[in-house]
Amino acid sequence: MYDSPKSETAVQHAIKIAANKVQVYYGDTHAIKDVDVRIEDKTVTAFIGPSGCGKSTFLRTLNRMNDTIDICRVEGEILLDGENIYDKRVDPVQLRAKVGMVFQKPNPFPKSIYDNIAYGPRIHGLAKTKADLDDIVEKSLRRGAIWNEVKDRLHAPGTGLSGGQQQRLCIARAVATEPEVLLMDEPCSALDPIATGQVEELIDELRESYSVVIVTHSMQQAARVSQKTAFFHLGNLVEFGETSQIFTNPKDPRTESYITGRIG
Amino acid sequence: MPALWIFIAVLVLAVLGFVLGRQRALAMVDGDSRHLHSLPNYYGFHVGIWALVPALLVLAVWLIVQPMLIDTSVQSMIPDTSYATDGELSLVMSDVRRVADGLDLAVERGALTVEEAATLDTGATDVRALLGNVGVAIGSDVQPEVLEAAQAYRASTATGNMARTVIVLLLALAGLGWALRRTAPNFRARNSVEKATLGLLIAAASIAILTTLGIVLSLIFNTIEFFKLYPASEFFFGTTWAPSFGGGSELGILPLFWGTFYISLIALAVAVPIGLFAAVYLSEYAGPKVRAVAKPMLEVLAGIPTIVYGLFALVTVGPMLVNVFGNEGALGLGWMSGGTAVMTAGLVMGIMLIPFVSSLSDDIINSVPQAMRDGSLGLGATKSETLKQVVLPAALPGIVGAVLLAASRAIGETMIVVMGAGAAARLSLNPFEAMTTVTAKIVSQLTGDADFASPEALVAFALGMTLFVITLGLNIFALYIVRKYREQYE
Amino acid sequence: MTDATVQPGAEGRPVKSGSLLEQDARTKRRNAAEARFKFYGMAAVGIGVIFLILLLVSIVRNGVPAFTQTFVTVPIYLPEDKLDKSGVRDPDVMRKVTTFGYAPLLDDALVTKLEDNGIEMPFAKPSKLRDMVSSSAAAQVRDTVLANPDLIGQTVDFKLLASSRVDGYMKGRVTRESLARDKNLDAEHLDIVDQLHELGTLERSFNWAFIFGSDASESRPEQAGLGVSMVGSLFMMIVVLVLSLPIGVAASIYLEEFAPKNRWTDLIEVNISNLAAVPSIVFGILGLAVFIQFAHLPMSAPLVGGLVLTLMTLPTIIISTRASLKAVPPSIRDAALGVGASKMQSVFHHVLPLAMPGILTGTILGLAQALGETAPLLLIGMVGFIASNMPDGVAAGFLSPNSAMPAQIYEWAKRADPAYYERAWGGIIILLVFLMTMNIIAILLRRRFERRW
Repeated sequence: MYDSPKSETAVQHAIKIAANKVQVYYGDTHAIKDVDVRIEDKTVTAFIGPSGCGKSTFLRTLNRMNDTIDICRVEGEILLDGENIYDKRVDPVQLRAKVGMVFQKPNPFPKSIYDNIAYGPRIHGLAKTKADLDDIVEKSLRRGAIWNEVKDRLHAPGTGLSGGQQQRLCIARAVATEPEVLLMDEPCSALDPIATGQVEELIDELRESYSVVIVTHSMQQAARVSQKTAFFHLGNLVEFGETSQIFTNPKDPRTESYITGRIG
Repeated sequence: MPALWIFIAVLVLAVLGFVLGRQRALAMVDGDSRHLHSLPNYYGFHVGIWALVPALLVLAVWLIVQPMLIDTSVQSMIPDTSYATDGELSLVMSDVRRVADGLDLAVERGALTVEEAATLDTGATDVRALLGNVGVAIGSDVQPEVLEAAQAYRASTATGNMARTVIVLLLALAGLGWALRRTAPNFRARNSVEKATLGLLIAAASIAILTTLGIVLSLIFNTIEFFKLYPASEFFFGTTWAPSFGGGSELGILPLFWGTFYISLIALAVAVPIGLFAAVYLSEYAGPKVRAVAKPMLEVLAGIPTIVYGLFALVTVGPMLVNVFGNEGALGLGWMSGGTAVMTAGLVMGIMLIPFVSSLSDDIINSVPQAMRDGSLGLGATKSETLKQVVLPAALPGIVGAVLLAASRAIGETMIVVMGAGAAARLSLNPFEAMTTVTAKIVSQLTGDADFASPEALVAFALGMTLFVITLGLNIFALYIVRKYREQYE
Repeated sequence: MTDATVQPGAEGRPVKSGSLLEQDARTKRRNAAEARFKFYGMAAVGIGVIFLILLLVSIVRNGVPAFTQTFVTVPIYLPEDKLDKSGVRDPDVMRKVTTFGYAPLLDDALVTKLEDNGIEMPFAKPSKLRDMVSSSAAAQVRDTVLANPDLIGQTVDFKLLASSRVDGYMKGRVTRESLARDKNLDAEHLDIVDQLHELGTLERSFNWAFIFGSDASESRPEQAGLGVSMVGSLFMMIVVLVLSLPIGVAASIYLEEFAPKNRWTDLIEVNISNLAAVPSIVFGILGLAVFIQFAHLPMSAPLVGGLVLTLMTLPTIIISTRASLKAVPPSIRDAALGVGASKMQSVFHHVLPLAMPGILTGTILGLAQALGETAPLLLIGMVGFIASNMPDGVAAGFLSPNSAMPAQIYEWAKRADPAYYERAWGGIIILLVFLMTMNIIAILLRRRFERRW
């Protein structure tokens, strides 16, 4: 068992992802330095830090999205349920089915709403019949808190929805493949405050079934939605702990400077 | 004075104008250029432009209009009895011009005096022999009315040229003088010069329109001429193409259309899958090293002139295909009897179009936002699933546009079909038979010895018109699709 | 830790069985599809590259022999009684002896050559031996004698062009079997050729005349060269450069910097993009109708060819010039305007010089395209014409009939003799060398001056 360095955790969940001494290089740039982190199941973990601190990069290492960048290199190990996802035998395709991702800008495919949701289940073969698929689509849209808005126009193009609706559609799309971990890369940065509120509410609900990792620019958002917070600075994980503790009683002076707005 | 000398004289006046204008402006402020509205050079340019532009414009118009006027007036001198058709008239007119040129040459060489040339008559002199001596060969003996017309032609040309010289030079001087008078310290020379420059820029940009207009007019006039001689319905719906220069030709476009269509189809069948897959591989899979080598190699194919592909079809690919599909070929099928065939031309044209399709598709695939790919990969799709189910459907309109552009290229391609497809117009389904295309026939009808007024030569313009309309339609449609597609992701 | 995976998922979602470390059957299938797809892509690139290699091999293999030619070295006696009866050595008088008068000298020389070397003479008529040398050989001897009358009375070694069949035999194109159906040469000739070759008097050597010489009539492929049409191409390119660069730049400046957004501008833009895609043959029709029929400019003249090619390349040049103007950042324009320059001054003093490398690159590429273009030239009469004389002056270079490199190549390809195919391929090599040079210059220019703002 990996022991969490923080023993004062209020509710102890099983550890889903454990990163040990992770280094990420972009060509010659050392983007992530020596990061150790434990991410728990059924918890929202927020990564915060100034732009360029490596929080998004680190998030993308968790489902190997960095593989798509030629010059990117990852060292160290990241264990998902005890299995190193950078092991040679691991197929990133299988991994990404377990660790879903939602991106900064809503990126629905130029297909119908139905096909957007059905895309994942189809490629992973999760539905045996059309009825199964209909079922999955409905369930995912409900879980994405968008069912009521789109149930009458499932075959309209997904690109025709508003920004907030598109982002919830993308979340529903990610949920449809039955992932165990959901990574969100600044999911609200392209949205207006009302849509942001809806998405945050949704994130809170998703916590009941998934381990959610969210990168955010906004400290308020981290404080609102997350139970755990990790603060990154210049590629280092500076501090990791209970969200309440990070925001009220930071241990590292850098964290304190950031939270009080002196670096950013 | 010949036009070239007038041109040079006007240029000299313009340079002179520049110097004078500049000096005058400076003199007016006692050499202190700070008191001038514009820099001294602008005053010079201002005067130069006024000397140059109006004079040259008149010269250019004159050069175009004078021969037209003289032609009409000389034409009216030729009695109706000496020609039956417009074609014969144009032959007579070219004789007239040639005799006139001959007389000019004879005067220049000293074989005739100026008066003799003007008063010569066919009864007293053997004009043909005389002109032959100075190196102008005339097909038959010179008719009296032709000689008369030629003399009138020379006379009016001489008067016209004289008037041209005087008027153009006067205009240049007048422009120079007027601009010089306007020169004053507070005259806005720069603005005036810039306005003139802008006019020049607009004129240059309008050349594109003039070119299109030139194409359309030259096609339309000759096509109308053709339809006067040959019924349009037989041209568009005739199934036989059998031109004979003795007359009685059958000029149906359908077999040529079929050949064009069949060859383009084969070309696209080769180029589209290969080009598309190559673009997908190079942009999505290939490592930087492979890309750095393979991409320029494919682009080399695009830079090779079509004549090279034509020769490749004729000498290499044709015989190679015969070796496989011919009577004594490797497969023993006996489908192909000669090297020139639809398949030969289509295959080679396909090779030529590969880089065209692949670079267009590459652009289009790359303009599908990365976010779309990330979305799909993030859901655990493989690269090929992402490509097939997300990227390509998203890029489809653009790819359709690219294919249409390639089709328009294939339809308009000339050298490969002239050298590789054969000359026989045929409606057949066998791709190993020789067929011919619209472009190949344009070349053969206009490079033969046919007289330009005969339907056998004029048909080339009707073919050209058809080709122009089809490719233009395809291009406009394709560019429209591609533009719409681009806008979607901007 | 592993117990996390065996717990049933929340809300009854299916338990993910199996570990990440082994692929399930479906993933294997999907990966196979992936590999297949990737293979198709590789195959497509491979096919493209194979075609390119096939094309290049074809060009090199067929074209390189054109650069060498077979020559026979023969000592020829130049008798005074036949060539200059008057004995005054006046070339004007000697000109009266035509090439027919020189032919017997060749026959005698060849017979002597065979006798001296103990080669059996297989023919009854000595003139039959003359089939081995080019029909231009007599003219070559005559020209030499006229240029240097003092040679008369001596025996002079001449390096004569062998006939195209002999040359073909030396290059492996002609065999004894193929001669059976050929009236131009007999198998016996080849026996002589073999022996002369062993003696070292019949050899292949580099043929500068192919690169710099003039075209020859259909029956003398051994004599044909690309030089004159190269000059024709040069004059055409001068016309294209002189017209298309200023017009293209002026049009681009207007469209990019000054044009108001109105119908006229739209019309120009649509026209340019469409003209860029109009088939080149249509420009040939335009040239024929406007420049030749309407304006009565001379047929086959490089000036007309240049005008047609200018109209054809102008859209390409305008498109690339506009791209380079667009690449100059607006801040440069603002800076110039900010110190009180007029818009025109800011464009001509700042934007244009900065865009110049890009414009030149585009122009060179446009010229390369024009240099290789054939179809429009066919219609204005640059084919079917034998480019046998160098133009005798600059005006003649523009106005007197000439051919152009690609038109000459097409003309050779049309002639039935396979010896002309070889020349056509050789011509292509020369043409491609020019194109490659231009492209390399363009690339270097781009590398040297490329600027990232």
